[in-house]
Amino acid sequence: MRKVSWGLILVLIVGLILAACAAPVAAPAGGGQAAATEAAAEAESAGPIRVALLMPSTINDISWSQSMYVSLKELQDELGADKLEIAYSENMFNVPDAAAAIRDYASSGYNLVIAHGAQYGDSLMDIAPDFPDVSFAWGTTTRTGKDQGIENIFAYEPRGDQAGYVTGVLAAKLTKSKIIGLVGPVDAGDAKLHVDGFLAGVKATDPDVKVNVSFTGSFGDTALAAEAANTHIRAGADVLTGSAQQVVGAIGVAKENGVPWLGVQADQSTAAPEIVLASAIYDWTQLLRDIIAMREAGTMGGEVLQLTYANGGIRTIYSDALPAEAVEAAKAAEAGLADGSITIVVEPR
Amino acid sequence: MQRFLRSLRFLELALPIAAVLIAFAIGGVLLALLGANPFEAYWVLISGAFGSVGGLASTLTKMTPLLLVALGICISFRGGVINIGGEGQIIVGALAATAFTLWLRDWPGWLLLPLTLIVGALAGAVWGGIAGVLKARLNVNEILSTVMLNAIALQLMNFLLRGPMLDPAQIAAGTNIAQSEALPRSVWLTRLAPPTLLHSGVILALVLAVLVYLLLWRTTIGFRIRTVGLNPSAARYAGMPVPFYVAFSLILAGGFAGLAGAVEVTGVSHRMLEGLSGGYGFSGIVAALFGKLHPLGAIPASFLFGGLLVGANKMQLTVQVPSALITVINGLVVMFVVASEVYVRRARRRAGREAAEASLKRESSTPSAEAAVP
Amino acid sequence: MFHEFLSVATLIGIANSGVRLATPYLYAALGEMFGQRSGVLNLGVEGVMLMGAFAAYYTVYIGGDPWLGVLAAIIVGALMGLLMALISVTMQAQQGISGIGLTLFGVGLSSLLLKVLVGSPIGISGFSTWKVPGLNSIPVIGPIFFEHNILVYIAYLLVPVSLYVLYRTTFGLKIRAVGQNPEAADSLGVRVNAVRYGTVMLGSAMAGIAGASLSIGLLNIFQENMTNGLGFIAVALVYFGGWRPLGVLIGALLFSTVNALQLWMQVLGVPIPSDLAVMMPYLLTIVVLAVGGQRIRQPAALTKPYERGE
Repeated sequence: MRKVSWGLILVLIVGLILAACAAPVAAPAGGGQAAATEAAAEAESAGPIRVALLMPSTINDISWSQSMYVSLKELQDELGADKLEIAYSENMFNVPDAAAAIRDYASSGYNLVIAHGAQYGDSLMDIAPDFPDVSFAWGTTTRTGKDQGIENIFAYEPRGDQAGYVTGVLAAKLTKSKIIGLVGPVDAGDAKLHVDGFLAGVKATDPDVKVNVSFTGSFGDTALAAEAANTHIRAGADVLTGSAQQVVGAIGVAKENGVPWLGVQADQSTAAPEIVLASAIYDWTQLLRDIIAMREAGTMGGEVLQLTYANGGIRTIYSDALPAEAVEAAKAAEAGLADGSITIVVEPR
Repeated sequence: MQRFLRSLRFLELALPIAAVLIAFAIGGVLLALLGANPFEAYWVLISGAFGSVGGLASTLTKMTPLLLVALGICISFRGGVINIGGEGQIIVGALAATAFTLWLRDWPGWLLLPLTLIVGALAGAVWGGIAGVLKARLNVNEILSTVMLNAIALQLMNFLLRGPMLDPAQIAAGTNIAQSEALPRSVWLTRLAPPTLLHSGVILALVLAVLVYLLLWRTTIGFRIRTVGLNPSAARYAGMPVPFYVAFSLILAGGFAGLAGAVEVTGVSHRMLEGLSGGYGFSGIVAALFGKLHPLGAIPASFLFGGLLVGANKMQLTVQVPSALITVINGLVVMFVVASEVYVRRARRRAGREAAEASLKRESSTPSAEAAVP
Repeated sequence: MFHEFLSVATLIGIANSGVRLATPYLYAALGEMFGQRSGVLNLGVEGVMLMGAFAAYYTVYIGGDPWLGVLAAIIVGALMGLLMALISVTMQAQQGISGIGLTLFGVGLSSLLLKVLVGSPIGISGFSTWKVPGLNSIPVIGPIFFEHNILVYIAYLLVPVSLYVLYRTTFGLKIRAVGQNPEAADSLGVRVNAVRYGTVMLGSAMAGIAGASLSIGLLNIFQENMTNGLGFIAVALVYFGGWRPLGVLIGALLFSTVNALQLWMQVLGVPIPSDLAVMMPYLLTIVVLAVGGQRIRQPAALTKPYERGE
C-alpha cells in the first residue's frame, strides 16, 4: 500500500513538473545546450563580463575563499557593477556538486568560471571542452590541460611558501623565547606549502628558533585549534601563526594571552586587531585583471598565473605595533623573493 | 471522493507534501527577507532538480549513494540498531576500493570492477561490523561507536591521502592536494547520459533495493532481523541468537554504505578525494526514514531528497542566496515531514481499531500489528 | 624529547588543557543526559550548540555583558529545545531523524545569521581567565583546575548539581520514572510529556551554554559550523557515561585529556603523523568502553514516544 502511495506522489510531482515545463516560464537555470550557447553569445555582446566563483568554504572564512571573494568585489568596485557581474557558490566541498555547478554556470552565460580549489581540477578537464566560449580558472595548480588539447583553462598558483617565508622571517624576528607555534589544519595542499615556507623563513633568519608544528586534522575544528594555541603558549611559544578558517579559535586564545598572531591568506586582523600584527594576504585582483585582459585579447586559457611578491599578488600588511627592525627584515625578504635572490629551501619534516 | 479524502492512503500522500510546503513557506519568508523572490527561488529548485534532462540526471546521480546508504539504514533500523556511522563507512569503502583498484590496475575491467565494488562493500562492512561486534559482544552502544568511528575514518583518510595513497602526480607537481591517483578507465562505471555524471551505479542501487526487500520480507534471515528489532526478548525467547543478528544488521548497513563509497569513486570522481562522503551518511538516514524504512519506499524517498539537494544547489547558484539558507530549509523539511507522520500513524491506528471491531463482529480476529520502528 | 614530554610542566599542561577542553562536552552531555533519562534522544545537540554559541556571541558583539550572552544562549537553546520537544514529544517523530533535522536547521541558521548580521567573524571580549584566589597557588592542583574562565568552573559544578537533581529531587525521580516506565509513571499521576518537555528544554538550554562556553569563553569569536561535530561527541559521551553524571564527567575528561595529550605530542615533536594523533581520543573512548565493559542498561523508554490510553 505504501509503495502505491509513493508511486502516486512521484507521478503527481513528475506530472506537475511536466506541466510546468510546458508553460513558457523564463527560468534562468536549466535549459538545453542550444539555449546555453545562445545565452553565452548574448552575454558576450551585451558587454559586462560575468564571473562565477565556486568555493570549498564560505565567503567569510577569513582565509582561502574570502581572499578570492574580496578581490573579486574590489575589482567590481573598480570596474563598476555594469562591467563585471559576480555570482558565487559556497560550501562546495563535495566535488561532484561543484562539477554540476561549474557546468550550470558555464551553460547559463557566464564568461569566466573560477573553481577555487585544486580538488575541482579533474571535473574542469571534463567540462571545459564542452564550452569553448567560456574560460575557466582553477588553483592551486600549474595544470591547464593544454597538453591534452584543452585551450580554455587558466591555472593559478598562489605561492603559499613565499607568504609563509616572509611570515617566518617576521616571526623569527619577533620571538624572544625562540619558540614559535604553528596551528595547521591538515598537512597537505596549500597549508603544507605555507608550513614549508614558514619553516624555511624562520631557519634562514635565526637557525636557533624552534617551530612547534601541530595540525588539528580538519579545516573547521575551532575548539581544537584554540586548545592547540593554548598548548603552544604553554610550551613556550611567544609568536603564533596558522592557516584555514579554524584559526579564529587560535586567534581568540592568542588575544587572551596577549601573544602576537601572524595571519595568512586573508586579512585576519578583523578577528583581533590588537594582536594580529601582520597578514600575508592573497590579492587576486591583478591576476583577475590579467585573465580578463587575456580573454579580451582572444586567449581563452592555457596560461599559468602565479601570486607572488614580485607581481603584488601576495602582500603583507604590517601593523604599526611591529618593531621597525622586524618589518625591515620581512620587507627585505619580500624584495629578495621578488628579485629571485632568495630561494626557498624546503627541508623534509 | 469523500471516502478517499478520509482514507489512509490520501493522508499518507498529502501530509508529507503539506509538511514540505510549510517548510518551504517558512524558508520563503527567509528568502524574502534576504531580498530574493521566493517563488522564483522555488521554481528554480524544482525545475533545477526535475525540469530538464541534465537536472534529472544530476538528481539520479545524487540519488545513487543516498539509496545505497538508505538500504543499509533500512536493514539496521529494522534490526533495532541506530547506525549513524554512514559517513565513516562510505569513506572506508571508497578508500579500500581505490587502493584495491590501483593495486591491481592491470587486471581486466570485467573482473576488476566487480571485485572493486565488493572490496568497497567489504571494507564498509568491516567498519560497520566493528560497531556491530562491539555492541553484540561488549554492549558498547552503537551511537557512541559509530560517531567515534566516523571521526577515525576521516583521520584515516587524511593520513592515507597525504601519505601512502597520495597521487604521484601531486608529489611531482609539488602541490600535494590530498587526492589519490586516478583510477584506470577499466573500472569506471558506464556513463548513461553524457555529458552528465549519471552512471550505471544507479541501476545497481535499484536492483539492490529489490534484493533488500526480498531479503527482509522473503527470507528467514530478514524475518529474524526484523523480529530482533521489533522485540528482542521475544526473539531471544524464540531461540534466536540476538547478538548475532544485531552485529549482522550493522555489518550489512556498513556494507551498503561502503558500496556507496566504492560506487562514488568508480562512477563519479574516478579517484579518492576529500569530501567524497558528502554528508550522504546522514542524508541516507533521512531518505530511509522518509521511505518508511522500506527498501522500495527508499527509492522514491532518495529520489526526492536527492532532488532537493540538487535543486538547492541550483537555487544557490541562480538566486544567489547563501548556502546556509538552503541548509536551514533542508532542516525544516526534515523536521516537518518526520513530524507529520504522527497523523498518519493515528489514522492508521484508528482504521486498525475499526477494522478490528468489524472483524470481531464477524468473529474472526487478525488485527494487523503495526510495525513499530525504533 | 621524551624527557621533555614527561616533565611535570608538560603533564600539568596536558591536565590543564584537558580540564578546559572538557567544558563544552560537559554542558552538552549533562544536558543531553537529562533528556535521555526521560526517554528522549536529542541528536540535534550540534545545531542547538551553534545557535547558543551565536546568540551569546552576538549579544556580546553588540555590546552586551558576557553574562547577558549566557542568558541569550540559554533562551535560544531552550527555544530550540521547545522545537525539538514539539516534534519529538508531541508529534512523536522519529527521534534520530528529527535530531538530524534540528542539527541542519541550527547549523544553517547560525551561519546565515553570522553572514547577515556580522559578515566576517570579528573578535569580541568574552569571559577571561579568572584564577581562583588562594586555590590557584596550590602546587599542581592550582594550575590544573583553577586557572580557567568562569564558565569552566560552572561546568564542573553542574556535575554535583546534576547528581542532586537526578537522584535527590522529585523532578529527578519523575525523570527517571518517565524514562524507565512511562505507563506506570502516568498511572501515578506524573505528566509524562510535561516532564519530557522539561528535560529536553533543560538539556537544550545547557547545550546553548555549551556553545556559549566556546564563543564567549574559550574562543571569543564565532565562525560558521565552529562546533565541527562536537555535539555528536557529546551525545556519544552520554552513552559512555551510562546516563550518569559521574560517568559523563569521566568520559568528557578522558576524551579531552587524550585530545590534549595528542596536541602536546605534536607540539613537542613526537614523531607521529598528525592525523593518527588526532585519531587517538576517538579510538581510546571506544577501547576504554569496550575493555571496561558496560553493563548499564539504557533507559527502557529511550526513543519511544508516549501516548496515553492504549
